[in-house]
Parts: sequence; structure tokens; C-alpha cells
Amino acid sequence: MAKSKSTQKPVEELTYEEALAELEGIVEALEGEQNPLEEALKLYERGQALTARCGALLESAQLKVQKLAGETLLEFEEETE
Amino acid sequence: MCFAVLTVSQYVSFHKPLFSIILRTTMQPNLFSETLTVSQITFRIRKLLEDNPELQDVWVTGEISNLSRPASGHIYFTLKDKNASLRCVMWKMDAMRTRPALQEGAAVEVHGKIAVYEPQGQYQLIASLIQAKGEGALFQEFLRLKSMLEAEGLFDSERKREIPEFPKTIGIVTSATGAALRDMLNTIRRRQPMARVILTPSPVQGVDAPPALVNALVSLNKQSPDVILIARGGGSIEDLWAFNDERVVRAVAASQAPIISGVGHETDFTLCDFAADLRAPTPTAAAELATQTTLDDLHSNLTYAQTRLTDLISSLLADHRTFISTLAARLKYVSPERRIRSEIQRLDELTRQAASSILHRIQLQSARVDGVSKRLQALNPTGILARGYAILTRASDGKVVGSVADAKDEMTVRVQDGEFQVTRTSNANRS
Repeated sequence: MAKSKSTQKPVEELTYEEALAELEGIVEALEGEQNPLEEALKLYERGQALTARCGALLESAQLKVQKLAGETLLEFEEETE
Repeated sequence: MCFAVLTVSQYVSFHKPLFSIILRTTMQPNLFSETLTVSQITFRIRKLLEDNPELQDVWVTGEISNLSRPASGHIYFTLKDKNASLRCVMWKMDAMRTRPALQEGAAVEVHGKIAVYEPQGQYQLIASLIQAKGEGALFQEFLRLKSMLEAEGLFDSERKREIPEFPKTIGIVTSATGAALRDMLNTIRRRQPMARVILTPSPVQGVDAPPALVNALVSLNKQSPDVILIARGGGSIEDLWAFNDERVVRAVAASQAPIISGVGHETDFTLCDFAADLRAPTPTAAAELATQTTLDDLHSNLTYAQTRLTDLISSLLADHRTFISTLAARLKYVSPERRIRSEIQRLDELTRQAASSILHRIQLQSARVDGVSKRLQALNPTGILARGYAILTRASDGKVVGSVADAKDEMTVRVQDGEFQVTRTSNANRS
């Protein structure tokens, strides 16, 4: 559960999946448990930051296409018409 | 590109007008027409036949006869049905690729183009492809493989795995240059640009395609994609044949990552489609099935989460506010002020009671002390001395001399204000 973890990463370092999972955890925690108000507010703040992080990642999403050559992954250059 | 398969007779009668013209010309000689050499007329006929696009891409069905395979590697034979025959030749390059064993009398379908062999004045079919007649060798092979693999359980529905709704990594096995790839990338980019695509290019037709497709699947699986798309644009059954190759079908079934196949068009079914976890009618549809959760979905999920978050914290704060005001009211009601006042009063009362009781006891005690003191006074021997009595004690041992027998020579007399020594001068007389 999204208790205040001492190992909490700054939101800027989270991947979309990590941020979303934590956000879901926070919503669940706020829905379910009786958190002390101070902790609830901290969770909310973190949740807001996570939302912003997810939003930014969605906005900037650009399909990454790689080409597998043997065992190595290369950037794939698409032919543009 | 494929035309109806014609019988040899149909083929000849189809071109009857051509022969009639030649015939008519001979029957009604035109004196003013130029005279052609054999080479010239043959060249004209050749041009007529070879310029006709319909004759340059044709399927003909018949029986093989006069089969000859000289050392040159070319194959010569005649295609016959009951009414007509057609000379055929297959050049070495194509002959090497021919799958079915050719034999006299075999019913076959031949693909090729009509050409004229000028030295013999003969038109002939330059065959590029020969396959067994009927359902076609490929289709027979398809059915054979299908029932075999089906019996092995390769196509069982219990083997089918879930396609993840939101795959992070999507593997693609297809030709690096085809329209299929472009369609799939465009579809994925439009629907789910959060994804990462790993393309493992492979030829998708020809003899090299099956092993290359197998290799592509194996090396792609090492990258552990969440889902793999194996796809190819539309084509004839021969074009799609690599996707019916047993090796490829087995590799699809053995893939660790779930596979969506999108080969050809809606109506094309390949064995890969049966072995795949999900069959898509086209490459684009495969890309759509791999991106069930779209970017729009993620956006609305996020909006929902944000709203939920704000709602939750607002209601939590409201709850706390309500709780606090309720507490404040209860607190006021149970305020200790009143109790404190009554406690003070009680304390005052007790203090007063204590004071009076103490006073009483003091008086009592002091009266007792007075009495005792008076009695003590009365018993005080010094009081007796004051009245003129004296106490006589023996000097030797301090014992009070209360009787004659007690008397000694040296004695002490105690009076009111001190004592002195006395000496006995006569023996005692008992009275």
C-alpha cells in the first residue's frame, strides 16, 4: 500500500507504469484506510504530482521503433513517403 | 494476376479468330498485297502473340505427354486434353524450383506465357510454374499439414494465451519494406505511442522466408516482448505460403510471447493463424488488437484518477471539519468549568470542617493536658519538699530510707532547694 515509503523516488524519475501504479495505490489508500489527516494530505500531494507526471508522459509519448539485428537493437529508420 | 485456368481446347478455340484470319487471307488472295518471307510472317505472328498481355500470364490445365528432360536442364513436354495439345517448355531455372515430380500422364496446371519458336513455326507455352491439378498441390499440402498439426494439438484453444491489453513492448515480424509494416506502425503510433516496437525484419515469401521467420521469432522472443505481431500484406496462396510452412507454424506455437497473426486479407487463412493466440484479418487489425488500451483510454483513466483523488481529499477534509465541530460542541457540553466550581465549593466546605474539627480536638487535648498536668503537679515529689518534707537516702547506694532498718551512718538529705550529708549519731529505735 502507498504508505509513506522512505524509498519513494522523485516523480520525475518514475516510468509511466510506476507512476500510474503508485497513483492507483494512493487512490485506493485514500478510499479504504483511515489515514491520519496529515498522511492523507501527503498522499494527496504525491498523487497530484503523479498525475502531472503521467499526464506529461502521455503528452510527450512518441512511438519508439527499434530494429533487432542479431542480438542488438538499433534505432529503426522508417522510410517516409 | 491469376487468370482462369483454361483447358488446352479452350485456349485454342479462344484464339480461333486469329487462325481464321490467316486462313481467309490464303483463300482470297489479294494480288496487290506485299509478299512476306516466312521469317517476316512468323515474326508478325510472334509479335501478335507475344504482345498480347493475356497470353503472357496464363494458367493452362492438361495432361503431360512427350516429357523430355535433356541434359541442358530444360524440360520439354506437351500438354494435352482430348481435343488439343500445346507444346510446353520450362527453362532450367524454373525447372529446378518445381516441386511435383513430373511424369507422363500427370494432370497438372501450368502457369506461363505464350511464345513462338520461329525455327519450327510453333507457338508454345513457356512454363514458369507447374502444380498438380485439382485442388492444387499447395492446398493439398495445406490440408495435410493442418490435420497433422491439429491432431498434435497445436491449434487447441486451451493453448491460446491472453493478449495483454496494454503491452509495453510490441514485437513485429514482417518484411522491413512492406506496406504491412507501415500500416502497423501507423496504427500503433496513432493508438498507443507509449509502446515500444521491436521490429525483427524477415523476408515473408520465397524459399528463404520460413527459416528467416523462425529465426526472427526466436531472436525476438529473447527480447521478451509482451506480444508479437507476425504479419504480411495480401497475396496469392503461393505468396502467403511461408505462413503455412510447418517450421513457421511450430515456431508460432512455441513462442513464449503471445502472438497475433495478421497475414493477407480477411479471406486468407494460413496455418500461422491457427497456431497464433489470436488471428487478425489484416496487419492493421493485428496492430489494433495489440493496442486495446489506447492513449485516449489512458488519458481518461488519468482524468478519472485525478478527479477521484480530489474528491477523496475534499471529502476527507470535509469529514474532518464536521468531526471537529461536533467535537467542539461535545467538548463545550462536557466542559469541566461547572465541575470545577462545585469542586471548589466542596473544597471550601472540607477546609472549614477540617479547621473546626482540629480546633475542637486541640481544645479537648489541651483540657486533658491541663488535668494531667495538675495531677502530675500533685504527684511531683518536689511539691512535697516545698511543703517542708525531706527525702533521706543512703549515701552508699542512694536507696530511700523508708524505715529504721534502711538507715545507715552516712545518708543524704534532699530538701526543696538542694541536698546535704548527714551522719547517724544513734542506733535506730523501732517505734
